[in-house]
Amino acid sequence: MHPAKSVIFFTTISGAGFGLIALLALTAGMGHISWDKSWELAAVGLGLSISGLISSVFHLGNPQRAWRAFTQWQSSWLSREGVLAVITCGLFGLWVLAGMAGYVLPNMLGYVVAGLCVLTVFATAMIYAQLRPVPRWHTWLTPASYLGFSLSSGMLLMVMLHPHYNGMAGGALGCLAIAWTVKVLWWMRAAKADVRSGGSDTATATGLAGYADVRLFEKPHMTKNYLMKEMVFAVGRKHMQKLRLIALVLGAAAPAAFLGFSLIAGGNVLVMVFAVAAHLAGLFVERWLFFAEAEHVVSLYYGR
Amino acid sequence: MTMLPIEPTKKLGLVIDLDICVGCHACAVNCKEWNTGGYGNSLSDQEPFGADPAGTWLNRIHSFEAVPFDDAGQPAPQDARIVHFPKSCLHCDDAPCVTVCPTGASYKRSEDGIVLVNEDACIGCGLCAWACAYGAREMDAEAGVMKKCTLCVDRIYNENLPEEDRQPACVRSCPANARHFGDLADPSSDVSKMVAKRGGVDLMPEQGNRPVNKYLPPRPKSGTHACGSGQSDQVSLLKMAETPQAAGFVGWLDKALSKLD
Repeated sequence: MHPAKSVIFFTTISGAGFGLIALLALTAGMGHISWDKSWELAAVGLGLSISGLISSVFHLGNPQRAWRAFTQWQSSWLSREGVLAVITCGLFGLWVLAGMAGYVLPNMLGYVVAGLCVLTVFATAMIYAQLRPVPRWHTWLTPASYLGFSLSSGMLLMVMLHPHYNGMAGGALGCLAIAWTVKVLWWMRAAKADVRSGGSDTATATGLAGYADVRLFEKPHMTKNYLMKEMVFAVGRKHMQKLRLIALVLGAAAPAAFLGFSLIAGGNVLVMVFAVAAHLAGLFVERWLFFAEAEHVVSLYYGR
Repeated sequence: MTMLPIEPTKKLGLVIDLDICVGCHACAVNCKEWNTGGYGNSLSDQEPFGADPAGTWLNRIHSFEAVPFDDAGQPAPQDARIVHFPKSCLHCDDAPCVTVCPTGASYKRSEDGIVLVNEDACIGCGLCAWACAYGAREMDAEAGVMKKCTLCVDRIYNENLPEEDRQPACVRSCPANARHFGDLADPSSDVSKMVAKRGGVDLMPEQGNRPVNKYLPPRPKSGTHACGSGQSDQVSLLKMAETPQAAGFVGWLDKALSKLD
């Protein structure tokens, strides 16, 4: 599938933002932070989530109509994602503003906001996981890995913003391990989930199953078309193993090393900035591959 | 509204005969011609006279090499043939392109089952094209909205057209009569009878989309090996070629030359 830059930025950055918001909301819900003193932490979370959401609009053919995407939450995961993101950011923003203005709202709100963050990231992942024609995406491991990376990037941001809590750095290491374990499981499944793994092949695609052995003789046209650009994208698969290694080094090994270094140094903001930057860079590569290595059954009509 | 309607009582669709299609692309050309001036935005082309032309088409014809299986289920290379395969929207009963749409632009009509895009509400996110297993939807690069087969909804009900023209442009233009249009929910319709008689099939049934359009598989060629049909009275051309039983002058020549061995 075609890896659109705006969608890669959207899924990684807003995922990190919602991870941070969830952790901040839980911390505030447990009474450890109050918004009149810590509003700037909330601003980082909201800034990331909202900038990701805004970037997602840039891949639309008609962005001026984007508001219509809030209407079909009953059937569409994309619509649900939009609605949940706005509710989550809106509720969290109001809570923080109320706290800044001196109103104390019930701490319960922390758990509600954290739950909404989980649902929002889950809905983002379901946009892809729901697609049966793309066997590599059509698995519960897709939402699991989106949620894992939302947690790991949110946790690294928490440590960056609170470098002096050593306990949290250990938690961040654990989250990194969980997130990448899920991703490695996703990759292991992906190795078996090629375009024919759902039972589709050129014979079922042409209705000739049971009648003949079938292979493409001639494409409908000599040049590329929208379908081939969007869904028969093959550049990523060529360098898959190298890119996976780069994703692991940037997204797992580097932030773990920076985390360890920060722990030894007794908490260092600058080191944690590097940890977050490396992790997000690794996630960009991971997300680019997520799109690039996914095969669509329509490629069966194009000689795959 | 992107919820699917309850099972429509009328299911308009196409039946495409893979035995008859000659792969002339006339249906695709007429589709492009009609739909670029009809329903919604035109079907734009990018660099049509340049080095790398591209454009939006609602109907494309792929050609496949098919090696039919013999009675033992083995591919019989001597029966290999080309199957021309026109592909457009199948107007599925369980159309995932409809339910994934975040804006309600993509919808399935309850009155006749036609799947359409309301282009004024389409944001051009492309998710419906990803949800379609068949590649029936193409985003128009000029208009930024999703284009798809409308089953020529602006022809089939159009009383300004003579009655014989009130069918989809692709069906009207097919010179080989390989494309048929009708109500596939009505068992007494010509298309339903054709599907029943010829064993019409769904494309990629394992995807669970329940397409309305049906494809009629190629029939065994007369005079060749009966590929999987159980018709034993047909003659094998291969056998004839290997053991010629010619009469007259050629028969005499065959016998005379055989004696020289």
